[in-house]
Amino acid sequence: MTIDGDLRVDGNAAAGFLDQLFSFEITAAVVTCDGCAHEAPIGALLVYDLAMGAVFRCPDCDHLMISATRLRGVWRLDLRGVRQLRLGPGPDVDAARL
Amino acid sequence: MISRGFRRKRSDAGGSTPVPPGQYVTDDFPVLSAGPTPRTETAAWSFALEDLEGNEFFHCSWRELLALPPAEITVDIHCVTKWSKLGTRWKGVSFDALLAAAGRPAPGPYVMAYCDGGYTTNLAVADLEGGQGMIATEYDGKPLAPEHGGPARLLVPHLYFWKSAKWVRGLRFMAADAPGFWEGLGYHRRGDPWKEQRYDGD
Amino acid sequence: MTAIEAAVLATLRPTVTTPPRLAWREAEILDVVDETPTARSLVLAVADWPGHLPGQHVDVRLTAEDGYQAQRSYSIASPPERRELTLTIERIDDGEVSPYLAGEARRGDRFELRGPIGGYFTWTVEAGGPLQLIAGGSGLVPLMAMLRHRALAGRQVAARALVSSRSADAILYRAELDALATGDTRLSIVQTLTREAPPNWSGERRRIDAGMLRAHTFPPAERPRIFVCGPTPFVEAVASALVGLGHAPDRVWTERFGPTGRTP
Repeated sequence: MTIDGDLRVDGNAAAGFLDQLFSFEITAAVVTCDGCAHEAPIGALLVYDLAMGAVFRCPDCDHLMISATRLRGVWRLDLRGVRQLRLGPGPDVDAARL
Repeated sequence: MISRGFRRKRSDAGGSTPVPPGQYVTDDFPVLSAGPTPRTETAAWSFALEDLEGNEFFHCSWRELLALPPAEITVDIHCVTKWSKLGTRWKGVSFDALLAAAGRPAPGPYVMAYCDGGYTTNLAVADLEGGQGMIATEYDGKPLAPEHGGPARLLVPHLYFWKSAKWVRGLRFMAADAPGFWEGLGYHRRGDPWKEQRYDGD
Repeated sequence: MTAIEAAVLATLRPTVTTPPRLAWREAEILDVVDETPTARSLVLAVADWPGHLPGQHVDVRLTAEDGYQAQRSYSIASPPERRELTLTIERIDDGEVSPYLAGEARRGDRFELRGPIGGYFTWTVEAGGPLQLIAGGSGLVPLMAMLRHRALAGRQVAARALVSSRSADAILYRAELDALATGDTRLSIVQTLTREAPPNWSGERRRIDAGMLRAHTFPPAERPRIFVCGPTPFVEAVASALVGLGHAPDRVWTERFGPTGRTP
């Protein structure tokens, strides 16, 4: 695993990690970067280091937007890199089977 | 629920070597980082020591670092994510040699390590001095690759490996301990694997 | 506490009184399907499965007899219309979990599974199209769920798929893709091989680049919904090329699997 940039995944990979914390579809929530004002769904953020925690960076400017750990069942989220988090109507996974 | 026939991937190494509690031995060298790999050219690289006020009292270029007395060690390293890698070979300049080159003793009992990419971690001088810590520039006989923290990383192998900060560019001395990046998110302030100090409160 | 933190905390489900949204459920292997020499699909019965959207994934947890646990994520290959859940696993040689799931595991074996996970990288026919799917290797798995769903939901949405694989025998679901495209005037599928191609190969032969995208994908003027999935370098190169061709970034959904695909 030595190819630069290959290691990153995106917010989809952190969805399970965050899903237990929030009651809404977190990866569809749109966040505004405090560094460059770029807006993106959390699923589109660049995610690093899912081993020790999760570090979410702006896909436009790499600004560190969210850093999070879940240790012994306790979540800690540093959201200082997020200016705004916007939730809207989204897919309802509890809908009756198609 | 047990899944029939599943077992952990075993490494051949480390049958008799003791590893800290909760660790397993690997032959891999996983690359974990909180951001894209910084790529600093050695020509542009520098390293600094700062006092309690944030003033530089030591500064060196890459060439000047390599002119300091080198140290070579072979050690086991332990990641808080439970892997341990045995017998890793490093070369670099010890923390003691840096202070000697700076011509003064440590201004305070703690340091915060600052790195390209913004990563920080805190350490006690007591965990760096006496040959315990170095600025490592070579791994396994070759220049340290960027993915593993090159051109230079901190190496403090008696603590969990998140303390061996990659892409280190300076140490700022502190009068009191303060949490670095992961320490502020719930990881242990010190991180001694033999005491299994993984998380805050351990 | 900042306003953001307060707003976020307000949405937290109190864990004391409410069960977590995601719970570990028991999955039993009903059937094993060899897709390629290195990939297998597992057809699963999952207790109390709540349903899912095409594009979502699950966490799988294996426990060894000594209590050791390993957890990995796998995209759901089956459409929501099917009651059995299908996962397709590519076996990575020195992996820990994939050699078990795509090798040792057999009918009747059980493991734990949690999901569905993910709300960003999803598509249903209700979202509309045209639908453009671009897959690298095992990145085809979640996109296949979308194609299978589309096929069961009336095939009305215009769709194109561009699928990149290393070699012909590495192509996932090859026969099914051919069958889906046959007779469906609103679906076209183009394959490209990046390492080696058989002598009679009629598809493309190289990594996906701007020229290939221009030739085979919906143009920006048609405002397709584009889903790109595969190893990180693949996704980033393709997404970048798409934006370079004029597609709006918010019409491109991406899922990066990491360096070689999902963690082994």
